[in-house]
Amino acid sequence: MTNINIEVHHITRVEGHGNIVVNAKNGVLEECRLDIVETPRFFEAMLRGRPYTQSSHITSRICGICAVGHATASLRATENALGIELSEQTALLRKLIFHGEMLDSHVLHVYMLVAPDMLGVGSVIPLVKIAPDAVLRALRIKKLAGDLCAAIGGRHTHPIAMAVGGFTHFPSVAELKALRGRLVDARADMAETIKLAKTLPWPQFNRETEYVALRKEDEYAFIDGVITTTDGGKYELSDYRRVTNERMMPHSSAKHCAHKRESYMVGALARFNVNYDKLHPRAVAAAQELGLKPICTNPFLNTAAQVVEMVHSVEDAIGIIDELVGRGVHSEPLPPFPGKGGEGVGSCEVPRGILFHDYQIGDDGRVIGANCIIPTGQNLANVEADMRKLVPEIIDRPQDEIRQMLEMLVRAYDPCISCSVHFLDVKFV
Amino acid sequence: MKPKVAFFDFTSCEGCQLTVVDSLQTHVDLLDAVEIVQFREAMTEKGEDYAVAFVEGSISRQSDEARLKQIREQAAVLVALGACAHLGGVNAMKNAMPLDDVRRYVYGDKAEWYETYAARPISAVVKVDAFIPGCPIEREEFIEVVKALLMGRKPPIPDWPMCVECKRKENVCLFHQGGYCLGPVTRAGCGAICPTYGDGCEGCRGLIPDPNSNSMSDVLVKYGLTVDDMLARWTMFGTYQQMELQK
Repeated sequence: MTNINIEVHHITRVEGHGNIVVNAKNGVLEECRLDIVETPRFFEAMLRGRPYTQSSHITSRICGICAVGHATASLRATENALGIELSEQTALLRKLIFHGEMLDSHVLHVYMLVAPDMLGVGSVIPLVKIAPDAVLRALRIKKLAGDLCAAIGGRHTHPIAMAVGGFTHFPSVAELKALRGRLVDARADMAETIKLAKTLPWPQFNRETEYVALRKEDEYAFIDGVITTTDGGKYELSDYRRVTNERMMPHSSAKHCAHKRESYMVGALARFNVNYDKLHPRAVAAAQELGLKPICTNPFLNTAAQVVEMVHSVEDAIGIIDELVGRGVHSEPLPPFPGKGGEGVGSCEVPRGILFHDYQIGDDGRVIGANCIIPTGQNLANVEADMRKLVPEIIDRPQDEIRQMLEMLVRAYDPCISCSVHFLDVKFV
Repeated sequence: MKPKVAFFDFTSCEGCQLTVVDSLQTHVDLLDAVEIVQFREAMTEKGEDYAVAFVEGSISRQSDEARLKQIREQAAVLVALGACAHLGGVNAMKNAMPLDDVRRYVYGDKAEWYETYAARPISAVVKVDAFIPGCPIEREEFIEVVKALLMGRKPPIPDWPMCVECKRKENVCLFHQGGYCLGPVTRAGCGAICPTYGDGCEGCRGLIPDPNSNSMSDVLVKYGLTVDDMLARWTMFGTYQQMELQK
């Protein structure tokens, strides 16, 4: 019978440091782990004592890919703690910059991190030679996404103009109109992206899983909403701990999470499964073309769900720009400190899934305490559960193939490890 | 022969390496000028034969030192990429707090499971040949540094204050608007991006050589601001430097 001994040290094409460790004797799986060896970051501790106005600028530094997402969750936590209401314009601009980040992150993951596996190359660099059109398309979409973020926040990685209660800079109507034109043109790139996704050899693997995402009745939720699970769970944001139930594991500097089962999944596939009925009609059409239906239980198709979301983001961004152009963009002052602190939870769906920030702020405007729960941390237990089902199904294949499948599985979750450390190496031991 | 280049990261958000990837949007020809042999975040291929190493992130645990020293041994040129590697950056905020308290606050009674120490810039561990400042780095500045390195020139990193760029952009001074700004003492090169987007400079590019601290104090007095408020801003990226100054 088969013996497996796999150890992938510092898995590549993911954000941060993780190892895969899998070991089987006589065809029986003995060890199956995702070790998170990223250095601990300690952001929650470091927020203590800082002025409340700095929290979003500090926590955006948790992650270079989902900086807008961290800033958003941070701002919502602060605003909820201080009882600050948002103007319609602020809510619209936040949604718009969020779509920019969603598009930027998804295109990076689909084209540069996942596609090379399925096209049999080690990275996007050889793709420049064998599939130049696809690479140039990816760079073009990425540039559009980055420019969208920059118009609103100053830049994508570590946005500047996003502030508690509003913005410190406003895009001009002319800038928004120019972006609208490029978003409309990007529909052709979306069609090509769907075509590419259709040709990729997605691994066939399913495991019944609980999916968790924010849900709103009036839109496909990215910012705020009710925590909703495919097992029927519904929780207000302030009850987030009842879903996440963080616990520490010796092999991971990122904490693990579980709701009612041993694990749950967050991210594009979870949002797709929870909120399919709220997708833009063009995104629904994209899902149909890709053969993706809720409830989809193949974690490898998280990447396909990202393609569907890219279409949604392009369309919704066009709609938001129309609304902003219609009402005009006005300079709005930031609200003053209300003179009294409080506690608040902020949540949004960053590209990798549901993110929570929870702050206590003192009456002097300084942060007293903070808790951040990162999507990748929430997915870790689920990745390991998937690995435990997947390995026996493919145990008769050559070890190199098993290793690659495991790396692809981890990559499908689009983990953001430096984020989750408060997480990746593949080791087959 | 194209020079072989590798990218490495320690304690960081990897945003500077992402900025390197983003620089390809406008400079895809970069791939013709250098051979990237290692870049874990973007590629699986892994070569150990490199001449130039770009290192992102600060050093925040003992066990990372050996890896950095090994990179130093291999690389003819070692470049600190971004504020974490260059200054210690945001990771060093914890240095000003009791380490045991910081560890227990996040990991509770399991604090011992996770190794950490006071975060430091990579120059505190190995000799650094060049640095690209900023949180995150500026795309164009990265390209300019690569060009300079390829031609054997000194990387063109400004040593004058950010205020110069801000004035050139004709921004209304943040101090006039009742804000806080570290522009008078912070290294230029970012195009005064934060003031341009309505926020004061946070000093992510580090202090200029010989900052005029008297003039900075005068500005604070003139606008009725306190040193404590400015320190709260400066220590976002400058805690490591601040603590070195106090030694």
